[in-house]
Amino acid sequence: MLELKSVEKTVGIETHIHPTDLTLEPGSFNILLGTTLAGKTTLMQLMAGLERPTSGEVWFNGKNVTGVAVQKRNVSIVYQQFINYPNMTVYENIASPLRVARMSGQEIEKRVGGLAEMLRISSMLDRRPSELSGGQQQRCAIARALAKESEMILLDEPLANLDFKLREELRDELPRIFQERDCVVVYATTEPTEALLFGGKTAAMHHGRVIDFGPTGQAYRQPVNLLAAKVFSEPPINTASITKKGARFVLNDKVHWPVPDRLKSLRDGAYTMGIRPHHVSPLKVGETPVAVEGIVHIAELSGSESMIHFDAYGDSWVSLSHGVHPFDAGAKATLYADVSRCLYFDEDERLVAVSEQREAV
Amino acid sequence: MRRFIWLVPTLYIIILMLPIYWLVNMSFKTTSEIINTFSLYPMKFTLENYQKIFTDPTWYMGYVNSIFYVTLNTVISVTVALPAAYAFSRYRFLGDKHLFFWLLTNRMAPAAVFALPFFQLYSAIGLFDTHLAVALAHTLFNIPLAVWILEGFISGVPKQLDETAYVDGYSFWAFFIKIFIPTIAAGIGVAMFFCFMFSWVELLLAKTLTAVAAKPIAATMTRTASSAGYELGLLAAAGTLTIIPGAVVIYFVRNYIAKGFALGRV
Repeated sequence: MLELKSVEKTVGIETHIHPTDLTLEPGSFNILLGTTLAGKTTLMQLMAGLERPTSGEVWFNGKNVTGVAVQKRNVSIVYQQFINYPNMTVYENIASPLRVARMSGQEIEKRVGGLAEMLRISSMLDRRPSELSGGQQQRCAIARALAKESEMILLDEPLANLDFKLREELRDELPRIFQERDCVVVYATTEPTEALLFGGKTAAMHHGRVIDFGPTGQAYRQPVNLLAAKVFSEPPINTASITKKGARFVLNDKVHWPVPDRLKSLRDGAYTMGIRPHHVSPLKVGETPVAVEGIVHIAELSGSESMIHFDAYGDSWVSLSHGVHPFDAGAKATLYADVSRCLYFDEDERLVAVSEQREAV
Repeated sequence: MRRFIWLVPTLYIIILMLPIYWLVNMSFKTTSEIINTFSLYPMKFTLENYQKIFTDPTWYMGYVNSIFYVTLNTVISVTVALPAAYAFSRYRFLGDKHLFFWLLTNRMAPAAVFALPFFQLYSAIGLFDTHLAVALAHTLFNIPLAVWILEGFISGVPKQLDETAYVDGYSFWAFFIKIFIPTIAAGIGVAMFFCFMFSWVELLLAKTLTAVAAKPIAATMTRTASSAGYELGLLAAAGTLTIIPGAVVIYFVRNYIAKGFALGRV
């Protein structure tokens, strides 16, 4: 179990990580979700002990390990860049943490063989990392990270530098690889879809803060605030200022829809709504489609999907839908927002409640 | 037009090779032929000049001395520059950029400026006319150069490699020796080559700081007249032999040097 206790990291006058409390359970799969520069890598380095927190403590399995050197902690790390030792063969790369730990030759051979089998690089063991494809290099790095059976494995956007097909392939294998291991897995990614595919728990990060942490499904369906919802939405979540007047929500005096039963008790006033792009469609679909008039900026058609950027009463909105829906730039369009999937935020941008019961990814 | 496409490179190579050809040409002639006749190739081919160099200790010891202090200098320069370059590449510290630039400015002063202080200092502490004296004097410009070259290569290695090694359990020195040095072997090769080359061709300091025991070949060679009068054939043979070590080293590191150029550091 890893515990960060008000861990903070400042460099000069810049704060890279604001005081953070985080507890990661043993055997859990944890995702750090955030854009570039959100502080994912720094947080991982603090967890691993590669960086020392400016203040606060790091506890591992009930022991304070704040000042303990990374060599003395039982952690592994896989980076976005395919990091292998270029002067060693793939076999020696995977074996290197075991050699440092002075494991017997026989045991090393068994372990490396098993890992190479699992990561499907058995036939590459005699080659140098530079002779492998990107995907194989990353498999080698993952195998090395798994070799010493560490208690915590940190993966810093391990699939980001792979091309689409290899990424899919390795992404499917990863959960199986970590399944039987009783270690804390931390996985950093910029892609909300990746977080949803892996499940586990997700910590949404923004500008050096963990703004939301919980089971991935819950973090997606009920983000604590508007910022967390923005982090956990790609393309970005659509927002608009709305007013609650009695039993109806009103958007820009023109569009209105009934307040769901569970929100009836809310006081009247100003709120912010958020709706993810795939719940806005040119077709009248979903449980409660509400027509929104807009002016199209651009429609991107990519084979089976249409992404329509449009101006909805002053806010920039995006619609993501199946099928091909061509629109001319500057044209007037009517799109339908399925308001049953709306998220509502109060004036402080905190989630007031959700109006959806289930979520299809 | 296309028929003459070979013309420019051919001319270029001829002009480039002319002085070297003339040197080699002279080395196979007798001194009297060099002085008295103009010939494009040796009329009376002779190996006497080379024979003299390989049998007379005042000549061949010049090569031994040069190679000895050049090797010593290369080893000292790269050994000192490697940790320095690592620090410049991996850590941020107060004034690091200024210090890095200041290193380079050491290359901007003419060697003549340092000849007198070195001569006096080394005489005072008994280093005069030793190989170590020349090797140390040459580190003045070779360490900055090596730091500059190595920093470029080290910065090309991601910092994550260091971190991965620490995570795997390597101590700093185990990582540095077992993983890092092999990783930047090409850079070390290039740095060694340039240290070798600059030390090999440097004449002023080498001449000033030596008398007999550590006298470099360049000093012997630039003594144009001896008791036997002008010995142009002999000097040409010595010159030819002086080019060879550099050419051999260039051959071995030619691919790495291209890499160094690509990094913009050489």
